[in-house]
Amino acid sequence: MTVPPRFTGFHTRAVHAGASPDPQTGSRAMPIHQTTSYVFEDAESAAAYFNLQEYGNTYSRIMNPTVAAFEERVANLEGGVGAVAFASGLAAQNAALFTLLEPGDHVLASAALYGGSVTQFKHVLRKMSVELEFVDPDDHNAWRDGIKSNTKLCFAETIGNPSGCIFDIESVAEIAHAADIPLMIDNTFATPYLCQPLKYGADIVVHSATKFMGGHGTSIGGVVVESGEFDWSNGRFPVIAEPSPAYHGLKFHETFGTFGYLMKLRSETLRDLGACMSPFNAFMLAQGIETLPLRMRQHVSNALTIARHLQGCEAVTAVHYAGLEDSRYADLVAKYLPEGPGAVFCFDLAGGRQAGIRFIENLSLFSHLANVGDAKSLVIHPATTTHRQLNDTELAASGIGPGTIRVSIGIEDAQDLIADIDYALTQLTQSTS
Amino acid sequence: MSVDITDLSAWQQPETIMAALQHPQIAVVGMSSNELRASNFVGYYMHRNGYQVTPVNPREDEIYGLKSFAALQDVPTPIDVVDVFRDSSAVPEIAEAAVEIGAKYLWLQFGVISAEGIAIAEAGGVQCIVDKCIKIEHARYQGRMHWLGFNTERISAQRRKD
Repeated sequence: MTVPPRFTGFHTRAVHAGASPDPQTGSRAMPIHQTTSYVFEDAESAAAYFNLQEYGNTYSRIMNPTVAAFEERVANLEGGVGAVAFASGLAAQNAALFTLLEPGDHVLASAALYGGSVTQFKHVLRKMSVELEFVDPDDHNAWRDGIKSNTKLCFAETIGNPSGCIFDIESVAEIAHAADIPLMIDNTFATPYLCQPLKYGADIVVHSATKFMGGHGTSIGGVVVESGEFDWSNGRFPVIAEPSPAYHGLKFHETFGTFGYLMKLRSETLRDLGACMSPFNAFMLAQGIETLPLRMRQHVSNALTIARHLQGCEAVTAVHYAGLEDSRYADLVAKYLPEGPGAVFCFDLAGGRQAGIRFIENLSLFSHLANVGDAKSLVIHPATTTHRQLNDTELAASGIGPGTIRVSIGIEDAQDLIADIDYALTQLTQSTS
Repeated sequence: MSVDITDLSAWQQPETIMAALQHPQIAVVGMSSNELRASNFVGYYMHRNGYQVTPVNPREDEIYGLKSFAALQDVPTPIDVVDVFRDSSAVPEIAEAAVEIGAKYLWLQFGVISAEGIAIAEAGGVQCIVDKCIKIEHARYQGRMHWLGFNTERISAQRRKD
């Protein structure tokens, strides 16, 4: 018997996963199912959908065919068993946490997180009566020693925002698993093209799809992917393994096996918190993913060129790009991000806060805004914007100084980006002399 | 009689799974009438999706109007696929029965793994699928798993016949 071929390449999957031609109409592009709700075939089908006995559409807050196509595409590229999309990256992260935490639990998180995540963790978890502790992401002993009897999760970013530190996923996954707890990774800066954390033992991956996945900077969205391999019935997670009062006593892990966590995330957390992704945004983000591998190669190539250039500039005291040969993270980059550690990094200007502001004012190709991962190059001064809520100690723990500039290198021509940077640096020197 | 079960992939091939799903008559061994048990979810789902489902469980009389039998040998109609929701230790005996009744496939659900059972079935000409859920695999290849964002691993530009 001749076996039909299986198509496994990343580029192929980025274009096709989740989106076979529409069975009803033959539409080749992904249809936008802009509908709130779905007509049931009959009463028995409606009951089966609500009882989760059959995969069926009920209401677009919980599921939608266009959103599902986006979810499957991301799940496929990350190598997960499935995915659930949300209105934003922070909504996705919040829901991922909410699904597995209960009052009295404890979370161990990397100290080098996106400012928005730090704020979310500190305030939302406190309101949920969940204890939180930040640890140095590079210190394996700190992770090991930080795990307590009520710890339910370790959390970190593949590439720290904005410090650019590279996380040793495999080692910390082993530490977490030895204590029967999962490791959750924010893979926004790497995207599944550069790194697939589930391959190294991470259990849950979260994304702000707003960034490189979409690439166009038009649509806010987030997504949670799970490996399906964590044993939620190990005794430490009654919230997932025991009969759920929010779903007529259903035992999610026993009933749905590898799909248990994601079924609970969708049919309870998304249902109840309500931060669903719109079908139109799902369409835009899925379109973006079709070119993800092509864009990421240009992003990392430009990032390295510009980081090297900045190293030679007088006004620049340090360049924190893990792709540079002398980076302390070179070994981790070689292991986890062999094609390059993303395209977002920081550098420090000699003149501190004033130099930072003046540098940004003199750029004309970089866009000054609070986002990363656009096809266009972006720039921001964290101390006065994204990380404004953090005090000096927290700022330093995130690897940020008063003159630190964060750039997100786009897919323009590197020589044009360098020309823009050089001009702004010249203005800096003139103003201080 | 035994086989090496350190790598189960030989019993998880998509071609075998898709072929098994083409057969309409399924016995669900260990099917429960408790609506919160996985065996109930799976039996009901396959029944809803047009399969002739026969519960095999001595502790049940009837589930969803389907008569339950105490043992595979008691089922009067032909069985193509024997789907097992029992402890792994019960599998060798079920495998012998599957061979005896002329079943084509022995399907062992998540966590049901028995080297001896697989060896008995294969020696008797019954193909095995191991540590997989028949509901999930049906939903992946023929059903609507893609409606809930699960990774079907299907990559195809062919129009589905839904």
